This record gives sequence, structure tokens and C-alpha cells, in this order.
Amino acid sequence: MIEISLTVNGEPVSASVLPRTHLVDFLREELGLTGAHLGCEHGVCGACTVRLDGEIVRGCLVLAVQADGGSVETIEGMSDTGEIADLQQAFIDRNALQCGFCTPGMLIAAQDLLRHGGVPSREDIREHLSGNYCRCTGYHAIVDAVETTAKQREAAQ
Amino acid sequence: MSLSPVDLPNSYIGRAMPRPNLARLTQGRGEYVSDLSLPRMLHVVFLRSPYAHAEIASIDSSEAAKMPGVARIVTGRELAEICSPWVGVLSHLKGLKSAPQHALAVDRARWQGEPVVAILARSRAEAEDAAERIYVDYTELPPAVDAFAAATPGAVPIHADLGDNIAFERTLDAGDVEAAAAASDHVIAQRFVFGRHTGVTLEARSIVADWNRAAQRLTVHVGSQAPHMMQNIIAKHLAIEEHQVRVLTHDVGGSFGIKVHVYAEDMAVSALAKLMGRPVKFFADRLESFVSDIHARDHVVDGRIGVTRDGRITFFEIDDITGIGPYSVYPRTSAVEANQVVNLVGGNYAVPNYRARARVVFQNKTPTSQYRAVGHPIACSVTEGLVDLAAKAIGMDPVEFRRRNLYADDAYPCTAASGIRFEGLSHHASLDKLLAMMDLPKLRADQAAARVRGVHRGIGLASFIEITNPGPAFYGVGGARISSQDGAAVKLDATGCVTVQSSITEQGQGSAAIIAQVTASAIGVPIERVRVILGDTDNTPYGGGTWASRGAGIGGEAAFQAGRALRDNLLTVAAAILQSTPEHLDIRQGVVVDAADGRARLELSELARIAYFRPDTLPRDMQTELMATRHYVPRDYAFAFTNGIQASYLEVDTETGFIRLLNHWVVEDCGQPINPLLVDEQVRGGVVQGLGAALFEQCRYDDQGQMINANMADYLVPMAGEMPDIAVGHVITPTAESAIGAKGAGEAGTAGAAACVANAVNDALSPFGVVITEIPLTPEVVLQALGRV
Repeated sequence: MIEISLTVNGEPVSASVLPRTHLVDFLREELGLTGAHLGCEHGVCGACTVRLDGEIVRGCLVLAVQADGGSVETIEGMSDTGEIADLQQAFIDRNALQCGFCTPGMLIAAQDLLRHGGVPSREDIREHLSGNYCRCTGYHAIVDAVETTAKQREAAQ
Repeated sequence: MSLSPVDLPNSYIGRAMPRPNLARLTQGRGEYVSDLSLPRMLHVVFLRSPYAHAEIASIDSSEAAKMPGVARIVTGRELAEICSPWVGVLSHLKGLKSAPQHALAVDRARWQGEPVVAILARSRAEAEDAAERIYVDYTELPPAVDAFAAATPGAVPIHADLGDNIAFERTLDAGDVEAAAAASDHVIAQRFVFGRHTGVTLEARSIVADWNRAAQRLTVHVGSQAPHMMQNIIAKHLAIEEHQVRVLTHDVGGSFGIKVHVYAEDMAVSALAKLMGRPVKFFADRLESFVSDIHARDHVVDGRIGVTRDGRITFFEIDDITGIGPYSVYPRTSAVEANQVVNLVGGNYAVPNYRARARVVFQNKTPTSQYRAVGHPIACSVTEGLVDLAAKAIGMDPVEFRRRNLYADDAYPCTAASGIRFEGLSHHASLDKLLAMMDLPKLRADQAAARVRGVHRGIGLASFIEITNPGPAFYGVGGARISSQDGAAVKLDATGCVTVQSSITEQGQGSAAIIAQVTASAIGVPIERVRVILGDTDNTPYGGGTWASRGAGIGGEAAFQAGRALRDNLLTVAAAILQSTPEHLDIRQGVVVDAADGRARLELSELARIAYFRPDTLPRDMQTELMATRHYVPRDYAFAFTNGIQASYLEVDTETGFIRLLNHWVVEDCGQPINPLLVDEQVRGGVVQGLGAALFEQCRYDDQGQMINANMADYLVPMAGEMPDIAVGHVITPTAESAIGAKGAGEAGTAGAAACVANAVNDALSPFGVVITEIPLTPEVVLQALGRV
């Protein structure tokens, strides 16, 4: 077991973990933060996307020990701070989620694009989200919701 | 009530509105079965057969049993003591046969990925560690991989007791195909090949079962589309009563038919929970999902069409063969897809001459069964592929050719050559709407201009029909205990809010939303006051669930009828309180009003207060009933057929073989849409699932029956970057069978997507004189057709 200390959604966390424990399993099983989902466990589907030190990562390709000393943000934390409240509402209004299993990862990936500012083209949105698999929507509504949020944010500035 | 539901004051039926309760899912606060963790829970991992076909000589788990965290290791023989085997047949599919299947393989494994040993441990990781220390002595047997070879007379049967590998064969001969062929100016024959693919739900299958020894009750948390079916079957094979099993579905991370079946792992987990007397969880990892979730399609169809010079289709003929793996899947079987193909081919065209054969063949691959749009993509691709070839043979524009042969919009009711009955469809209105949306002349001009630049673009159409709202004809008549009726129980609470318990289920379609819309409309309350309960056999009426595009049409109608019944009850009570008559009153936005002028008379919360707490103030002979239950099943038609048409505009790179989708259009007619926003997204999602099949998805096998791309890096699914925007339009032909008039909408997109893409590719490649009728249309397939590889 290895001792780690990190910040998760702004709260300090210390734990002993097996070296082989993936970050997403640590978040889900040890901390009960089940918003990051397991879709493929080999880095393709994006369902386990979280932020580590401000960058989006796949929770299934990062070990918990690699997050030692770092700052992790999950969908639960980003919801509580209100950082993506407008994007979440746009997803709801546009029915840009069906089963919702990809949605936390999709939102975090979309926010990663939107944080750069401006209104990305639909092609850029599609390209940026190309690492996040959604079986339900066919992506059109997701692209609409992200585009709408980008326009709203730009108009608000 | 003479007003239709859509015309009720303040009706939510037909209104585009967001689904309630989605905030949970956007905030990561859903509750999927894969999230579930119970006290004392064990995790089970299945050791699976590495061979497509092998005798199991012995299993040595002595070393594994001593590994840290291991609670128990169970073999097929041991599990068979507490869980009886099953056979996936339906009596109305005459001659369909299969062999008994066990939860864990007994003596012989028949596909790569079949579960052989169950390892129970404190954690999934520890169970996986132990699985590596189990030594199974296999004797490899020759696998039957190719369906044609397996179907050959004299081929070694996979199940010796069954005699041969033909699980099911159906033939149909309507009209006079020989005479029609003789009267044709052209007869075109073409082979169509459909890859085997699978659902790839983002949440893999997951189940947690918990046997309470004191209560003698099993609680099963499973992301199933059909909880009452699961309850019945688990009880049957564990030899307990239905009421001893409670099934809850929770949030379900995608389904598409994948989660409507009974899997060996479901039965094993239920039995293991009973064996251990504590909760047992299985959550498939992605690699095992690829070889244990049902696969689908995998058909080869030889098709023929006859045509006259003046543009009349004279006949259709098909010979279909499909390989289904070593067992017919329980309880819905693996013969339904081929049966649907026979029923559906040519079904949008007024052509009385039709001959068909379908053969369903055992082989040593992962079992196949019903997956979104069962049989429709195959029937549509064959039909529409043949139609385009026939149009080309006589030099007629494919739009004009379809106009001359599609059933006229005033032809209904009518019966197609295969015997399927149509209440009312709109092929021509849909075609007109599609043409208006896509601006065909402009596209043709763009295509011609691109040709000049050496860029090859193509336009493809595909008209389709779709089975929805199935009654008992699908399963019940064949002896399966799968309900075709659904129920709703609607209750007014003491604050004037409404709870609806419905037997349909939610996997993201918006079932809860449409039940709320329908119920609120039926009673006359604001939708914010309606709470919907789904997916719990202890807390919902008995019913079928959500599959085969039946949730809105059947479950929605049950909710409407229950809502109307509750409204009648409420008005009776209100009339007593107000010294009026029910006929003079109405309920609007949660208030009892005078029907004539809309004047507010009584809040429902006040009505409920009197009924629940001061019944002594009501007439002595009045017993209030503030809860009403109704069930519904369609009776007039076996299925409510829908129809529509799709079009694709795409570009084929003749150097690389890559296909770029430029535009996609859909017009569909699902009767009365309850929520157009949700219908459109069902269509779009369905289209993209069909586009995945058209371009990327295929379970690839080697000649030893090993699936060689069983991971998400090698099995390609559609991602955002490759998909186009999709324009959706509607024609509305409500079914007259129900008050709400809704037909199903969930599968139409998938039905026609691949067909119009293939037709568009062939249009793009027309200068090269090649025709491709194989999906997925990978670069390799395209380049081979062009003779470049």
C-alpha cells in the first residue's frame, strides 16, 4: 500500500492505495464519487474523464498514486461550484443526453474546449469531443448544446 | 370526451419539452447498477472459454481458492444443482430448435467467451487475480465458424442431439414469382452481406443480486429493459415463486436491445447470491462484453427483383442465411431477426409476388439475438438496394421509380405479400417532405460540379417500414412469458400531486418524461406535479417494459387511460363536494373548474384533503378512489407499422476508400409524437447507430472462431468527428387503435441508415461501373470493389 495525499473537489484527501489502483477506481470505490464512469477501462471511451491539475485525463489511464500531491476535479465538484451550470442546462434543454452514462465525461471534455473562449465551429466541437463515445444521441444534440453555451458565454462577456 | 388527447386544454401531448430529472445525470448523481455497492457484497468474475469449441476435461481451482479475498469458486456442474438450464425456443416459429444452456458451461464450451467458472471475492481485482490461477484442461474441438459450412448437409452438429445445425428455417411463397419473372423485362440478382456487430452500450452489463435467507427473497438490481420478464425467469430457474424475486433497474447506461435478454451471467449471479446468502455483483469489463453481449445481424442474403420497362416492380425474392452462435438466446430466441427479414422485405411496395427463404444456423461464435431495429436494416438494405438496381436497369430516376411502386397513401388498410398488415402509412407524403428538405436538384448540381473536379459524391435514398407496438404475436403466442400488455397506476396524494407507476422502463429514451406528459394531460394537472416510478417489480404494475418501440404506444396509452380513470373519480368526488355533476366540471392545471366557463371551483389539494382526512364530510355512500389502474394492449393489429424515408449525401475518396458523410435526412411517421424533441433525438441516435453498422462496426473472427477485435480500439464505433448533422422531419399518421395515437419511434433511424448510405456510395461510384452491397463499407471493401487492392 502507498500513502497518497491530494485534493479532490477542493477537499484534502489522504489514503493508502494499492499501486495498481486506477484514479477512477479510487474516486468511485474509496471516495464514493461515482459520477466518473467506467466505460472501457482502456482509454478509448472517455466516460471516466476527470480534471487533474486543470487538465482533462482519463481516470482509467492514470493511477491513483500519480495524483499524489495533485488536485482532482470530478463532475460532482464542478457541479457544486456552478462552473458548468450553463452547459448542464443547455444539455438538458436540448436533450443532449439520453442514458446519461457518457454525460459527465462529455461535459468535462466540452468545458475543456469552452474554457479557451470564443465560439468554436461545429467541426471543432466534434473534433474536440471525438474521444468521448456516446451511443445514444448521435452527437448532433451535444454539438448544439456546446455551441449554444459558447454563444451564450460570449454574449455575456 | 370528444376532444382528442392532443386537443385537451393544456395538453402536454405533442409538446417538445425537456425531460424531468435530467439534472441528476448531468451532475454525476445518477444511480446505475455499476455504481451500486452493498454491505458484505462479493464481486464475481467469470473465467471464460478461450476456445470456440472445446471439451472441459477438468478444472483445478485449488490454488486459486487460497488467494487473498477469495470467498468461493463455483463450476458449471455445481451451479447446475441450483439453477436449471433453459432452451431458447418459441412454439410459433415452427421447427425452431435449440439445446439446453447452463449458466456456466458444463463439460463443453461452445463459444470463445462462454463463462466456465465463477470466482467470488472481496473485490473484482482479487477475483481476477484468482482467475489466473485456475487451470482448466480443455480438449479443443473443431469449431463451426462459417454459417454456410455449418448448414451443409453432413456437417458435424454442434449439439449432437439436434441432428444438424439448422436451428430454424422459414419459407414463404406469395403470388406467382415464376410468372412475374417471366413477365419482367429485367431480372436483377445481387448478394448482400451484413457484418456481425454488437451494441457496445457505454455502461456494460451489470447486475447485483442479494438473497435474504430470513425473508427468503431475492433482490436483483439489473439494468434490464424488461424487469418482469427477468423476475419470472429468475424465479423459474431458481425454483422459487415470482413474488420471491424483486427486480429493480435503476438508471441504465444504454441498452438498444442488448439488455432485454437473459444472460448466463444474470442467472449465475442470481444463483450465486442464493448460494452465498449475501450480495453478489457482476460488472462486465469491456473486453468480455464484446464476447458475451449478444451480437446481431451477420446475414448473407441473395436477392432478386423483377422490373418492367415502364417502371413496375414485378417480384421480390430473397434467400437469407444467418449464423447465430451455438444457442438460440433465451427467451426471445435468435430466430426473430431472420423471421423479420422475411416479413419485411419489399413491404413498402405494392408488389404481390414474393418468395423467401431464411435459414438460421448454429455456429461456434457469440450468440446473436435482437438488437435495435431487429431485421429491419437487413430487409431495408436488400429491398432498397434491389430497388436502386432495378431503377438503374431501366434507366429511371430512383425517386420516380419509388413513386411508381410505393404503396399509395390512400391504399390502407392493406396487407403486404408477406402477410403483414398496415393500418395507415404515408410513403408518398414522406418522400415529398424529404425532397423538400434536401433540395435534390441543388444536390445533383453539386454532385455534377464535384465530378468535374474528380470528387465523387453520391446521393442515396431508402424508404422503410418499421414494426412498433407489438402485441402478443411476437413472444406470448410462442409460449414466452413476456408481457405484451402494460399497466399504469395513478395516484393523487394529499397535496394534490400525482404519482404514476408504470411498467415500462427507462434507458434514456425519455420514458419517464412521456409518461408524465401523458398522465398530466389525461388528468389535467401541471406536469411539475407528476412523479413517475419505473423499473421496480415491487412498485409497478405487471408489464412488458421498453423494447420493440413499444413504450410510448402501449405504456403511454395505459398511463393515459389510468389518468382519465382517475380524473373521472376526482370529478365524482368534486361534484359531491361542490353539489354539482361531473359533466359540468373539468380539471385544468390542477384545479377543478366549471367546464363551461373555466371558473376555478376547487384545488385538487383541497379535494385530496377532504377525501383522505375528512371523509366524514362526504356523502355516506361515497367511497373515494384517488388511485386508478389501467392496462392496455393493442388488439386490432399485431403491430403498428410506421414508415419513413432517409437520404444520405456523401463523398467517396477513390484513392483511399474513405467515405465522408456530408448530410443525412430523415422523414419518419411515428403517428402522434408525444414529445417531438425526444422523437427527433431517438431518430438521430438511431441513425448514427445505423451509420456505425454501415461504415465501421464488425465483430471480426478468425477461422478458429476467435474474435480478433474484441476491444474498443479495434472495434470501431461512430465518434462525433465522423458523424454529420442529421435533419429530421415528420409526417403524422396516428394509429386509431389508441386514444393517444402514438406509434414507436426508437428504431426507425437504425432501420434505413445503412441502406441509404450504401445506395449513395453506389451512386458516387457509378462512373466506375461497380456495385457494393456489403457492410461495413470499410476502405478495404471500397478499394477491393474498385480493383485497387
